[in-house]
Amino acid sequence: MRLGVRLWGRLGGAALSLVMVAVLGFFLFRVVPGDPVVSMTRGRPTTAAMQAELRTQFGLDRPLHEQFWNYLTSLLRGDLGTSFTFRRPVSEVILERLGPTLLLVGTSTVIAVGLGLWLGVRAAWRRDSAFDRAATGVSLTLWAVPTFWLGMLLMMATGDLFPSRGMRDTDTAPDFVSQALDVGHHLVLPSLTLVAVVCAEYMLVMRSSLLEEMHAPYLTTARAKGLRDDLVRRRHAVPNAVLPAITLVFLRFGLVVAGAITTETVFSWPGLGLLFYDALTGPDYFLLQGLLVVTAGAVVVMNLLAELLYGVLDPRVKVV
Amino acid sequence: MSGFLTRGTGRGGKTGFLAHRAGVAGAAVLAVAALVAVIAPLLIPADALDVTRVTAAPWQSPGADHWLGTDHTGRSVALLVAQGAGTSLFVGLTAAVLAVGIGTLVGIVSGHFGGLLAGALLRVTDFFLVLPALVLAIALSTVLPRGLGTIVLAIGLTSWPSTARMVRAQTLTIEARPFVERARALGGGHGHVIGRHVLPSVVPLVLVNATLAVASAIVAESTLAFLGLGDPTRISWGAMLHQAQLHGAVPQRAWWFLLPPGVAIVVVVLAFTLVGRALEAVVTPKR
Repeated sequence: MRLGVRLWGRLGGAALSLVMVAVLGFFLFRVVPGDPVVSMTRGRPTTAAMQAELRTQFGLDRPLHEQFWNYLTSLLRGDLGTSFTFRRPVSEVILERLGPTLLLVGTSTVIAVGLGLWLGVRAAWRRDSAFDRAATGVSLTLWAVPTFWLGMLLMMATGDLFPSRGMRDTDTAPDFVSQALDVGHHLVLPSLTLVAVVCAEYMLVMRSSLLEEMHAPYLTTARAKGLRDDLVRRRHAVPNAVLPAITLVFLRFGLVVAGAITTETVFSWPGLGLLFYDALTGPDYFLLQGLLVVTAGAVVVMNLLAELLYGVLDPRVKVV
Repeated sequence: MSGFLTRGTGRGGKTGFLAHRAGVAGAAVLAVAALVAVIAPLLIPADALDVTRVTAAPWQSPGADHWLGTDHTGRSVALLVAQGAGTSLFVGLTAAVLAVGIGTLVGIVSGHFGGLLAGALLRVTDFFLVLPALVLAIALSTVLPRGLGTIVLAIGLTSWPSTARMVRAQTLTIEARPFVERARALGGGHGHVIGRHVLPSVVPLVLVNATLAVASAIVAESTLAFLGLGDPTRISWGAMLHQAQLHGAVPQRAWWFLLPPGVAIVVVVLAFTLVGRALEAVVTPKR
């Protein structure tokens, strides 16, 4: 019963957030100074008649409440409108670009989480040791490094060792192994960039999370039992400290999204981040609105997953 | 004030700001950066930064004339970096003040006044806390006209939620204390409780938060400028990197155009972070 109420509360909260995302997406691009058609066609030869036609085509000539209603009903059907630059449904364009982003973000997140948590545990366990100072110093520095600049530096430092543009070469043999190797080769620099920036955050989170546990009485008990230091860390301290860290990993999903935009822009990685860049340089308001709704929606869902996962992993949270 | 700098020497040694060497180093770096930001516009002649009036050759590597080389138009990279300090610091500081201001207001209001208003504010805070701030900032600066004000607004309006959460928690903690109950019992109104009890306890935390907020605001500014959303009439570190990317500094191996603005960002952001962490350690002493 209790669990049911909590679950429905979380689901309701997430649903409300999704509605807020949709509303935000609409008003952000409508309640702005200036005519969207004028700014989207800036720099291109257009007549007043063509602009009027575009306005009719995108439904911008209707009253705001009607536009809002149409937008909401289309959104529920999975229709995000038509892209101005691609002249195709926004949902189609976004779906096409989803794969490369999932590959890049997935690979980087797995590596960054593993490496970050491991470094964080080691640093916290030997607090103020040379390793801790070095790891914390490097992490703080990396935290201060703009993602895109790191990408450009890596690109320049490695020279021709790794490809720096796109996801695959056009002249690669069509069989699966060569294609996979080619994509993997292209993936090295972008994922390295993303890992470096995101990993620093996870390391610092894990470190402070474990430091919170360091003086807990149950660790003294474990040591008094005669357990080796290594076992105390692995079996007692880390399992307790890793929970808040894992949740934070999910909560900081937005950070990875932001990192993906600049990384993909630097390396011309053909994913959603590069699409974001294309949409803002257009500017293509409908594409940008669709991207905003999709990414913000994804972040809300990830957040819900984190909360639910936390309840499953940590029995203490169940009664809250 | 001196108490804050070199507070008592208890069991844990000195706990004042001066005891945190990294923080002091950060503060020194910031002083230098601020000095550069103020002096650069006064000393650098306008001709040296005007694309139409520079005479030096483009893409020169560092040498006697231009000790950090020149960019794609022949302007000195060293002068550009010095000139860019002002923009980056200005945007970082104002955006942080805006964000922390909104956060403090929302936090105190939702912590002090319970009920429906607090619930709604908390809901909105959580909503914006979850959303990727950079994505929202990009959307905002795309729809608004390009300019410094837009960047400040885009960063400030999207990075307040964490401050709001923290201030709310602190407000709730303080208001649960007996002395606040006493103040209420003696007839202290909302204004009295907030002004005399809540604010003084919130201010130190807010200052720490503001320092760290400047750091992320500077990174955010450089990212927006890199994506071409900056003020096109101003030189900033992010805008320089935007130009470097646009004009192919990487394929040309023009490291002198790529390194200085990035290093400047990292050094200043790191300095703000270190000062913020030192302040945090002073304000909330560990057991």
